[in-house]
Amino acid sequence: MPLSREQVEQIASLARLKLSPKEIEKFASELTLILDYVEQLAEVDTEGVELKDQFITAENVFREDNSRKSLSRDEALSNAPEKDEEFFKVPKVIG
Amino acid sequence: MSEYKNLTAKQMADGVKCGELSAVELTKEAINLAKTEGKELNAFITICEEKALKQAAAVDALVKKGTSSPSQPLAGVPVAIKDNISYTDYATTCASHILDGYIPPYDATCVKNLIDAGAIIIGKTNMDEFAMGSSNENSFYGPVKNPVNHELVPGGSSGGSTAAVAQKIVPIAFGSETGGSVRQPAALCGVFGLKPTYGGISRYGLVAFASSTDQIAPLARTAEDIALAYQVAAGRDENDSTSVTFDHPLYSEKLATDKKFKIGIPKEYFAEGLNDEVKQIVEEAIKLLEKNGHTFKEISLPMTNRAIAVYYIITSAEASSNLARFDGVKYGLREAGDKDLTTMYSTTRDSGFGAEVKRRIMLGTYVLSAGYYEAYYRKASKVRELIRLDFEKAFNEVDLIISPTSPTPAFKLGEKIDDPLTMYLSDIYTASASLAGNPGISVPFGKTKDGLPIGVQFLAPWFNELSLFQISNILQKSAS
Repeated sequence: MPLSREQVEQIASLARLKLSPKEIEKFASELTLILDYVEQLAEVDTEGVELKDQFITAENVFREDNSRKSLSRDEALSNAPEKDEEFFKVPKVIG
Repeated sequence: MSEYKNLTAKQMADGVKCGELSAVELTKEAINLAKTEGKELNAFITICEEKALKQAAAVDALVKKGTSSPSQPLAGVPVAIKDNISYTDYATTCASHILDGYIPPYDATCVKNLIDAGAIIIGKTNMDEFAMGSSNENSFYGPVKNPVNHELVPGGSSGGSTAAVAQKIVPIAFGSETGGSVRQPAALCGVFGLKPTYGGISRYGLVAFASSTDQIAPLARTAEDIALAYQVAAGRDENDSTSVTFDHPLYSEKLATDKKFKIGIPKEYFAEGLNDEVKQIVEEAIKLLEKNGHTFKEISLPMTNRAIAVYYIITSAEASSNLARFDGVKYGLREAGDKDLTTMYSTTRDSGFGAEVKRRIMLGTYVLSAGYYEAYYRKASKVRELIRLDFEKAFNEVDLIISPTSPTPAFKLGEKIDDPLTMYLSDIYTASASLAGNPGISVPFGKTKDGLPIGVQFLAPWFNELSLFQISNILQKSAS
């Protein structure tokens, strides 16, 4: 089933992508093709298949609950596009 | 240094350790090649000249003092790493505009292991943006060319690392694999590429794409060198809870064996869609190994044709979540900084991500969204479990599995870029093992009429990389 323009806009909004009208059109047809292709999985009988979270080492990994060295504030802020001395700066959240 | 290109990593390290070769001279030669031949191929995004020369001088100084030891199995060996592996003081771009200016504040564990082993990191290689692609055409920094023929793609997503090894700029490079991103370019460029068992090499410091299949993965020109590269990088790391405690043997010293392998030929891997010349060459490899006493048996991996569908649902879902961190706040690009927060996020992400990355984020967001999760993600996870069971069953009957690595030889730049689904099918023979966590290797073997390299793939049970290196060594020796 082809994805509508509105559906693509809704996905883009969930994904925080501001797409151009051209991109929306392109993704509508490309995603439809890909979804048609993956639709084939419905044919596979998966009755009774149990899912595991991790299959190679199905065991817990523990460590002592001690504090360890982590990035300093300066290091953590070093790549920020906008910051002051202590914080990441973002545009206003509440209008 | 005229012999540089003919030296293996092992020969370089041995030469450096006994004082016959200088790490600084090897490093200068590698950097010179990266700046000339590497530039022609567009294989590198950053060359780490200053730190490389310092590291090399330190290795030479250790040798002079007589303190270099077997613990430096890569003493003075120039190595390149894919630009999604963190290395301090230099940009890590993931070949994306959205990471403009980002310099990681820590080294990946794999990088630490390499430096401890005496390796010299000479540069960060070009790749498909965020490791998404099979042709290395999805890079913000432009496509990489195949060293064998500059009009062809090198494969992807680790195209730069592969081209650097094939062009003999470095004897060893590291890429990363999510569904074939090292084995497929290795096949298309004619070098060895290993996808380790999931959990073999720590992913700490590797920028995440799809966490349940991502693995750092080595490339080299000989079976011995790729074994050496893996044994240096592998091991448990407390910073990556998915890395596995395993008593790795010294792989590179255990290549010689009298063992006769029982090898499975999965009929689904030789069906429709496989190029005739590729098929012929893999059959020649089978004949050659049969002559050497290895036995073959037809097996079935019934879920093979479902692998690409499963792969694109699972990895796109994981990517849409992993790539949510690129929001214009903590690092990299920020656009529309004076608008409200949501506009800043979505404008930054629209301008920072390329088409393929957006396509996967969109697909991943859709399959995880309310009402679709069961039908897509959960269904795909169940079929993934069936894929894993296929392998489990097969490895009860055989030691190894043989197949082509890629359905076709290298294709033309631009040929598939506007057809995402056809491009995705480039991974048809590699994606299953990634989903099941099994290790696999692509071994260069034979050439097409047009002189293009072909890769033969071997797959093994979890943590049986040793068998992969041994069979690679056998095939390499009997081919030459």
